Amino acid sequence: MKTTLTTTALGLILAAGAAGAQDLRFMCYQDGSECAVWEEQLAAFEADNPGITVTVDEVPYASILESLPVQLEVGEGPDLARVTDYGGLARYMLDVRPYVSDAAAIEARYGQSLAWARVGDNNADGIYNIVDQLTATGGFANKTLFDQAGVEMPAPGSTFAEWAEASRAVRDAVGVDFAMALDRTGHRFAGPAMSYGAAYFDENGDPILVDDGFRNFAEQFVAWHEDGTMARDVWAGAGGGTYQDAAAEFINANLVMYYSGSWQIGRFGRDIGDAFDWVATGGICGPEACTGMPGGAGIVGFNHTEHPEAVGKVIEFMARDDVQAAVLAQTRNIPANSELQAQGIDYQGVSDDVKAALTVFAASIPTFSDTAYQLQGYANNRAIFTATPARLTQAIVGELSLDDALTRLDADIAEAVAQ
Amino acid sequence: MLKATATQLYDGAFNLFERPMLALQRLFGQSRIAWVFLLPNLLIFGLFTFLPIILNFVFATTGGDRILLDDRPFVGAEHFASLLDCESYFDPNSCHRDLFWRAVGNTGWFVLMQVGFMILFSLITALILNRDIVLRGFFRAVFFYPVLLSPVVVALIWKWILQRNGVLNAGLEGAGFGTINWLLEADWAFFWVVFVSIWCNMGFYVLILLAGLQSIPTDVYEAAEMDGTPRWRSLLRITLPLLMPTMLVVMVLSVIRAVQAFDEIYVLTGGGPGSATTLLIQYIYDVGFATRPRLYGLAAAASLLMAGVLFVLTMMQLAATRKQSGDN
Repeated sequence: MKTTLTTTALGLILAAGAAGAQDLRFMCYQDGSECAVWEEQLAAFEADNPGITVTVDEVPYASILESLPVQLEVGEGPDLARVTDYGGLARYMLDVRPYVSDAAAIEARYGQSLAWARVGDNNADGIYNIVDQLTATGGFANKTLFDQAGVEMPAPGSTFAEWAEASRAVRDAVGVDFAMALDRTGHRFAGPAMSYGAAYFDENGDPILVDDGFRNFAEQFVAWHEDGTMARDVWAGAGGGTYQDAAAEFINANLVMYYSGSWQIGRFGRDIGDAFDWVATGGICGPEACTGMPGGAGIVGFNHTEHPEAVGKVIEFMARDDVQAAVLAQTRNIPANSELQAQGIDYQGVSDDVKAALTVFAASIPTFSDTAYQLQGYANNRAIFTATPARLTQAIVGELSLDDALTRLDADIAEAVAQ
Repeated sequence: MLKATATQLYDGAFNLFERPMLALQRLFGQSRIAWVFLLPNLLIFGLFTFLPIILNFVFATTGGDRILLDDRPFVGAEHFASLLDCESYFDPNSCHRDLFWRAVGNTGWFVLMQVGFMILFSLITALILNRDIVLRGFFRAVFFYPVLLSPVVVALIWKWILQRNGVLNAGLEGAGFGTINWLLEADWAFFWVVFVSIWCNMGFYVLILLAGLQSIPTDVYEAAEMDGTPRWRSLLRITLPLLMPTMLVVMVLSVIRAVQAFDEIYVLTGGGPGSATTLLIQYIYDVGFATRPRLYGLAAAASLLMAGVLFVLTMMQLAATRKQSGDN
């Protein structure tokens, strides 16, 4: 009898505990060490919040892009995730404003990036995302190759044409394979296109992809592939809207100048080490402007979660200045938090190359054009980012004339917007 | 003693099943009992085969980028009309869905080249391996080995061989020849896609053809030899006709597999350069999952069109098989 009572009591206690436990799943991708660093921080959160556990599931970036939206569409998936496609996932995001204790502090610190998720039917003052890695597109140059070739590196504020000429000279002098490369995505293409005068939107805020500015850079871009300035392997080496970068070529010192973004800094610091000197060029200019594209990964909660309050607590914890500072110091990313931007981050154990690159990219972010921010916050930007490489590659490999490719590109975007 | 125990065990096991079986027979009747045994399989087949086919039809006739059917408006045959909207089916640029028609064209060429050359090479290999050659067992294993590899592994191996600084170009450079960007030139990329696909699938068909060759009675060859028939004539008049039923099986299987080719090509070329190696399955994947917005309806319609073509091809081949069986 006594045993039965004890067992029953134990069962009830366990059941009550299980009912009270709030187990959250956090789907996380990382460019460097972001997921591991968040896992450490979340252990501290769990200690302060008994009853809430957060399990970090590290996944490849492709899963965030391709699997996560399908899971969310059917009401499944994690409670939180680290994402970059704010517009595409906006409809599934949880507004945590009702669950945070100091919404004003979050608004003051993350106001600019909060706007990226306030699209579609989302609340205009909702708190949906905490960006833990502000990114900027821009260039990297292999300084050692420039030195070996005896070619002067273009000064800050130089144009793409000047970089192309200098990179070709270095390539020819030292005999590496590639002069320039640009990641295979419309996101990386957008900054240079805007610098060539692409407006992307009309006065009503509706997308107008192909205008004179866009066409001018597209013509130049295709011509650079034809004359061998651009690494053909990156854009012609894949089909459809598949993303492809040239980081491995840069790390292997086989590429003179690489247009990518600040998220590569940590990887370059780790993988290049002291094999050669490299520098961040920051934004590069065109005839009309000198802008790159902002962007960034952030943590969002989802509205199908059974524990919205717990998700709100996690997001508020992640937004804290001290937590963000600790994470950014280890992940070597640029803060989206304005307080931390002003204070600066004490990056731990980084080389001079990495420190200088972080400074250059951080300084370039305020100089980006309004159009760049508008495109980053545009709900259908992912359609533009995937259609651009799909169609321009057809022009690069000669499947379509550039005119036909641009006409098709316009039609693709019009159809995407109509959906 | 041992025999008696075994008999007892058998009787015990038989009795264990006999009673419930008899009860089932009484319940359903002898004529309907077969359905009881088929039911589990039918349920699984219905759930995982027929239901998805029905859902595919539903998706193909509804629009939008949502998955849940309640959120998808009915659009009738709009997706099919959009896919088939062409001024000339031989000029993808004149089609509304140019990438679909490029994928159709690529798939057609791929099936023609891959199936044609694969059957030819498989037949030659099977004929050689059927002879009494040295290390026959070893060579049979060697040809079958790529079949055991994952298509992704196969594609990665060949990517390392074919990329700009890969093994093949290093060899060519070492031998004093120029290098070629094998995967960046449309024609070369297509050639290698066909080659790799043949390389990794051939062993399976060699095995089937080998079994077919070994089932041909040897006395037919002995009779031909006694008549002084040359070897090439035996091949044409004895081997190939008697191997034809096996060849038809190989053809049906290889055509279906070729139309469904995706993984090794996706890893090897990503469908590029441009759309030079994009086949139908990749088009369906791209439209439905990889690009934004996700056009599930269009992807479903494209997959149904592809299924229709496959169905017709299979029926034609089965009709040929039946005709041949009738002739024989």
